[in-house]
Amino acid sequence: MDYLVSSLTFIAIYGVSYGMVIFLISIGLVITMGLMRVINLAHGAFAAIGGYLCTALVSSYKLNFYLAVVVATLSVAVLSLIVERGIYRQIYRKSELDQVLLTIGLAFITVASLNFLFGPNVVPSQLPATLSGTVELLGRDVQMYRLFVVAVGLAVVVALWAIFNWTMFGAGLRAAVDNPSMAQAAGIDVSRLFTLAFALGSGLAALGGAVGYGMLPLEPLYPFKYLIIIMIVVALSGFGNMRSAAAISIAVGVVDTAGRYFFPTYGAFIIYVFVILYLLAQIEGSPLRRKS
Amino acid sequence: MSVDRAFYNAAERNRFGLLEILFWLCPIAAFFLFPTSLSFATHVLIMALFAMSLGLILSFAGIVTLGHAAFFGLGAYVTALLSLAGYQEPITATFLGGAAAAVLALVIGPLLLRLTGLPLMMVTLALGAVMFEAANKLGWLTGGENGLGDLRYQPVFGIFRWSIYGQTAYFYTLAWLFVLFLLTRSLVASPFGLALQGIRENPLRMNLIGAPVTGHLVRVYTISAFIAGIAGALSAQATGFVGLDVLSVDLSINALVMLVLGGVGNIYGGLVGGALYIVLRNLASDWNPYHWMFVIGAFLVVVVLLGQNGVIGIVERLTSLISGQRKETSP
Repeated sequence: MDYLVSSLTFIAIYGVSYGMVIFLISIGLVITMGLMRVINLAHGAFAAIGGYLCTALVSSYKLNFYLAVVVATLSVAVLSLIVERGIYRQIYRKSELDQVLLTIGLAFITVASLNFLFGPNVVPSQLPATLSGTVELLGRDVQMYRLFVVAVGLAVVVALWAIFNWTMFGAGLRAAVDNPSMAQAAGIDVSRLFTLAFALGSGLAALGGAVGYGMLPLEPLYPFKYLIIIMIVVALSGFGNMRSAAAISIAVGVVDTAGRYFFPTYGAFIIYVFVILYLLAQIEGSPLRRKS
Repeated sequence: MSVDRAFYNAAERNRFGLLEILFWLCPIAAFFLFPTSLSFATHVLIMALFAMSLGLILSFAGIVTLGHAAFFGLGAYVTALLSLAGYQEPITATFLGGAAAAVLALVIGPLLLRLTGLPLMMVTLALGAVMFEAANKLGWLTGGENGLGDLRYQPVFGIFRWSIYGQTAYFYTLAWLFVLFLLTRSLVASPFGLALQGIRENPLRMNLIGAPVTGHLVRVYTISAFIAGIAGALSAQATGFVGLDVLSVDLSINALVMLVLGGVGNIYGGLVGGALYIVLRNLASDWNPYHWMFVIGAFLVVVVLLGQNGVIGIVERLTSLISGQRKETSP
């Protein structure tokens, strides 16, 4: 019985914190895909850049970790504004294949640049010592770090929920996801809205990359290594649906953790099998197509 | 996606042009020009074949997949396991490798090909990842990370022995490549090929005029998987080794890059792009692999932003400039 409770606590804490990181990284993609239907395989690159920037700020400039996270998040948001205006804007009307190719190309460039700047190995952790302590929770030692990640994730969920439901920006965003041309006709500047949403999403991905270090270590191939898990959340969430993105991220985190915990050898499969079955089950009357 | 001049005229496509004959003289010339690097040249042919198989579904049926290496890898492992089990007749072993990949495609195709766009890419990507992980974990069968080595095959037709210089492997691969190329070429020009292009342009309309859309897609997917499986089987035979990299996601993405390098929308796209990619990569082999990645990334961005259709697009533009014909704007 004790074993069961302690296992479940472990899975809950580790799964949820992992899910929160996945949520932070993928929510931006869920929103931008909902808005512009653009297939962005380079989204993980923003997370990687955010993570690298944060560790570089801490290690080279001796910045406080929490401050570095904020600086990295804002810098990546600004960078993504430029990239969106300069490059992404060109591909909204192009074919799926073109979108895939361009974004893979951007991810390649990011990987190569990260390697050039920081070397090919996993960069050492810069998480502050205060987070590596443990607290006892339901008969199990839990890292402070995990609780910190869950807290950050919850704060972002609440903030996003407030933005979505209570601000004009959120209302415009919801309208534009449902029907961009109608929203445009009603006087909403969809293009500007999209740029802002893109920056917000990329900033959150950078946040995820920075605080998620303990679960997704930073290395140059980061944008590809975690591509599958990000795309899983996006494909399962449906276009621009924040609530289901949060639920699915956490479900993916918990299922993956539980799978690896109970079946160490074959655990990595469970999430893939689950996703394939789910997507195939949706073929008729798919929620992925409902709004398109 | 650009449409070439022969789009509405299947007969025009079916005539062998001078350029095509010249093209097929290249691999024969390569045999005499580079007698010491035949094993590398064989690798070039295999990758060209693999890229061609992807081109068949991507250029002509509009199926964007990120998991084509699954078929390549399955073909490679099946052939390798047959060899280790004592079945060493090369031609039928290769054929069986392709057939195994085709069976897999036939089983998953009817479900998979109802998806389009992102869900399709996701499922193919996930399937590729599952295959890779499966091969990694089933060490007793696949050798895990060590792979399967020391594969042996009987002489081709009982006459041509496999030598370390690789003459047999080279011509054997070239023969497979040419036969499968002829198959693909006539397939694309056939009514079936035209139906596929109709589906690529507008699946809904094809459905309305009574074409069995999913059926057609499953058929071409199976054929493409067969060719990819053969490419994998050939790589197992030519190198005598199969490792986990034959199933990797990298290989699926590289195939896509090769195709784009050559040009989408033409069966030569995969052949030219696959060969060019491997040759360029070899020339850049002294570099840090990440620098190569930067070059490829920049290339992809430029190709998409400028709307160029790879090397084939550039050659087409040059030939139309030389012959003074103006290329018709796409309808």
